[in-house]
Amino acid sequence: MVEGIQSVPQVASALVQARILFLIIHVLGVGCFGYIMARRLAPLFRAERDLRFDRPWERLGKVGKFWLGQWRHPRYRGAGIMHILVFAGFILLATRAFALVLGLADSVAVPESVGHIYDVVKDYATTIVFLCMAVAVFRRLVLKPPRYAVPTRYGKGHPADAVFLLALIALLMVGDSLFAASKVAFQAQLGQREDFLAVLSLPWALKHVLLSASLPALQEIHFGGFLLHDLTFFFLLCYRPFGIQFHVETSLFSVFFAKLDRGTLKPVRWGVPDDQLEQVKSFGVKTFENFTWKHMLDFYSCADCGRCSDNCPANAVGRPLSPRFLTIKARDYAFRHYPMFGKATNGQALIGNLYAEDEIWSCTTCGACEEECPLLVEYIDKIVDLRRGMVDDGNVPQSLQKPLKSLESRGNPYGKMEKKKADWVRNKEFEPTCKVKILDGKNGADTLYFVDSITSYDDRMQSIGRATVRILDHLGVNFGILGGAEKDSGHEVRRFGEETLFMALRDDNVEAIKESGVQRIVTADPHAYNALKHDYKDIPPVEHISQVIAREVKAGKLKFEPTDNGSVYTYHDPCYLGRHNQVYDDPRDVLDAIPGMKRVEMKRCRDRSFCCGGGGLMLFYEPKEEQRIGVRRVEMAAEAGANVIVTACPFCMVNIEDAIKVAGLEGKMTAIDLAELVDQQIAREAPKESETAVLVGG
Amino acid sequence: MEILVCARRVPDTSENEIQINPAGNDIERDDLVYSINEWDNYAVEEALQIVARVGGSVTVVTVGGQDDEEILRREMAMGATHGVLIADDAFAGSDARGIATILKAFVQKGRYDLILTGVQADDGGAQVGGMLAAMLDYPFASLVNGIEVLDAKKLKVTREIAGGNREVSEIDLPCVLSIQTGINEPRYVGMRGIRQVASVPIPTPSAAELGIDPATVGHAAAKVKRVDYFVPSLGKGAEMLEGSREENIDKVIELLAAKGGLK
Repeated sequence: MVEGIQSVPQVASALVQARILFLIIHVLGVGCFGYIMARRLAPLFRAERDLRFDRPWERLGKVGKFWLGQWRHPRYRGAGIMHILVFAGFILLATRAFALVLGLADSVAVPESVGHIYDVVKDYATTIVFLCMAVAVFRRLVLKPPRYAVPTRYGKGHPADAVFLLALIALLMVGDSLFAASKVAFQAQLGQREDFLAVLSLPWALKHVLLSASLPALQEIHFGGFLLHDLTFFFLLCYRPFGIQFHVETSLFSVFFAKLDRGTLKPVRWGVPDDQLEQVKSFGVKTFENFTWKHMLDFYSCADCGRCSDNCPANAVGRPLSPRFLTIKARDYAFRHYPMFGKATNGQALIGNLYAEDEIWSCTTCGACEEECPLLVEYIDKIVDLRRGMVDDGNVPQSLQKPLKSLESRGNPYGKMEKKKADWVRNKEFEPTCKVKILDGKNGADTLYFVDSITSYDDRMQSIGRATVRILDHLGVNFGILGGAEKDSGHEVRRFGEETLFMALRDDNVEAIKESGVQRIVTADPHAYNALKHDYKDIPPVEHISQVIAREVKAGKLKFEPTDNGSVYTYHDPCYLGRHNQVYDDPRDVLDAIPGMKRVEMKRCRDRSFCCGGGGLMLFYEPKEEQRIGVRRVEMAAEAGANVIVTACPFCMVNIEDAIKVAGLEGKMTAIDLAELVDQQIAREAPKESETAVLVGG
Repeated sequence: MEILVCARRVPDTSENEIQINPAGNDIERDDLVYSINEWDNYAVEEALQIVARVGGSVTVVTVGGQDDEEILRREMAMGATHGVLIADDAFAGSDARGIATILKAFVQKGRYDLILTGVQADDGGAQVGGMLAAMLDYPFASLVNGIEVLDAKKLKVTREIAGGNREVSEIDLPCVLSIQTGINEPRYVGMRGIRQVASVPIPTPSAAELGIDPATVGHAAAKVKRVDYFVPSLGKGAEMLEGSREENIDKVIELLAAKGGLK
């Protein structure tokens, strides 16, 4: 190690003592870490199954993109870039740290040039990580980004803990740098060939500080640096599993085992087919152990960065839900009930203790939290599992019981009669202009228009239905509807935790769809679209009407009259079309194909779109909130300078039209469905140029 | 505590469009959806909550036919221990007194500390509970919206009286109480729960088994007979607003404000 001025036996004895000391530290450190990890993993072995070992290449791809590539971090520019720097530094230094810990630092046989390049990179990595820690401490203590704040109902903030952890990392960097710097200072004083230190790096700076130190002091500093690095390293290793930095260990696995398919829901029990579900004694999550092991892993991996709650519409309007604390509370529960020493205590009901009922019903399943989480933590599946547990216990808000019962008896949440389901096409003014086939066995068609409950029964939304059929009619599509045989798609029934009722609705619909003999399905309701696409099996392919329209526009088969009203349009992404199904461009392409269209984007658009307030059964739920979610959204549209909000979902329409009134923007802002707008703007007969001019003029 | 809840299956007013049949003596029943009478559902929930506190069992009984079994299954899925369907052709056309006679016979075959009914049925006249109590010579309290078990022989009941006031009384057991909605929040019952009790046997005692003289029940014994059924014609006082929803809302607010309904 150190070429010293002491006698050979002294050096030898010091070396032996040092080796023994480090051996003890290493054995203790690794032993403690192993023990802690075993205790931390204990609940995962009592958890529910979760089949996450399929499609390994796709999973590795996710690791490459979201873990190694830190894909989502720059969505929060400052913090994200800093995290990327620290992460990159860690990866680079991990090699070095392991080498140091294993005592290989001086004996690694690498070609000198490679070693030299690595030294440069390492010196700067240390420096950058050190500086990032300084900035991070400054952010925590001085800038205090609001998303880190802990609302009083969730307990106290823990900035001291955060700063302590940051300081430990900084200390790790200092130890590493002192080790290198003291050695080079030593070499410099003896006039020996100096090891390389990158200019302006932390070790380089420390070397200059240490140049005047005495040789024995340098020896001690060299030894001390190593000891400091070693102790800090193992302390961190064993301390991280007690807090937010546990993600350093768990994130790789969380990302590898992350959910692969958007828009889907986890089954009630992994590995139990639908027809055997009746034998499952209890549905959903009632106690902590009912979570799957992957969901428990999520709790450990959460870095408490607050991005989920920062984007959560329920949290934004003061509903009693914060995805961040959904996780943090569960993590703390795991820590409390699976302690380091002593027996695990499990079996406590989560609802009423850890979580409030309102908290779990407040989620609109919009997916903003999941879209944002850099570690791909899942929320919707957990919320739905908790709801399944509540439904199984009969613990359902009164306001939801009526619609659920109506869905059971009438197949729609409004309790309307089945025979009136197709009344919307029998409208006096509409019927003579557009005949719609009812696919009841007497009529056949290639395409099914799946209308779903709200568009069938709600006076306002029927207009979306009629616009949709006029578009299909104009495109010459041979289509029909199921009429009374169509039940509610059950999309929200499932997301509200009523799996058995959902399966009954689904089975009825699948049968009706199969009997109709159609080859494809079109719907104008993103919730129905998502249900048919992801929750149903063995049915023809499904498209949302915006996709059909976009295709026909691209093919040049659909031409639009110009808009001439001077309105400024903005497109609101419905969650189940956008985030859950990635249909962002089609509706926008359609809008932009309308001549004269003035369109602006809201600040929150596309994958950061802000939920309208939730569809389906959420319309019946009465949450505690300071403001309606939709009002927030309408204000965002106003901020963007729009006076027409275009959406592509009947539930968005309900919420946005209500919100326009509540926000007092009536007369200043209107909402229109994409299908309605398209229907209104279709150039029914290819206009000649002169006629176009007249139309524009008129 | 052994609790009996008398329940009834009725057309669900929230899920049906009630129309009068051409003969004008009943409603069109072809396309109706039935469910448990809402008041009875609250009564079952209350019984379950009492049993959860003090122990015992809950039996739900109804007088009817095979179709009425569904509400018993639903209430058993909620947690009721037993369901009993009293069925006999002789019961057809019973008036409220006839139903009370049948239930009385059933009550006397068992041992119940507490009998609950709904305050009224969607299509009934709030008669059975009181009649049953009188026939059994049990104390009776109606419109009950709170029950506290004091001891094995006594309850404290809260009743809703006019003007939203509450009256608290002590009542000796056994007794009959008619339960008001809002006394609790009934738990949700889904299809899964109903399927889980699908194969639990439901006894169906007949008139003979209960020792009921057929001459005292059924159509022949009914002293109240329905002679007409109609939708009242609109009175002069009713003003139908015509216009768009928004216009109507504005008008309603205006009218309410004018009459002092809004302040």
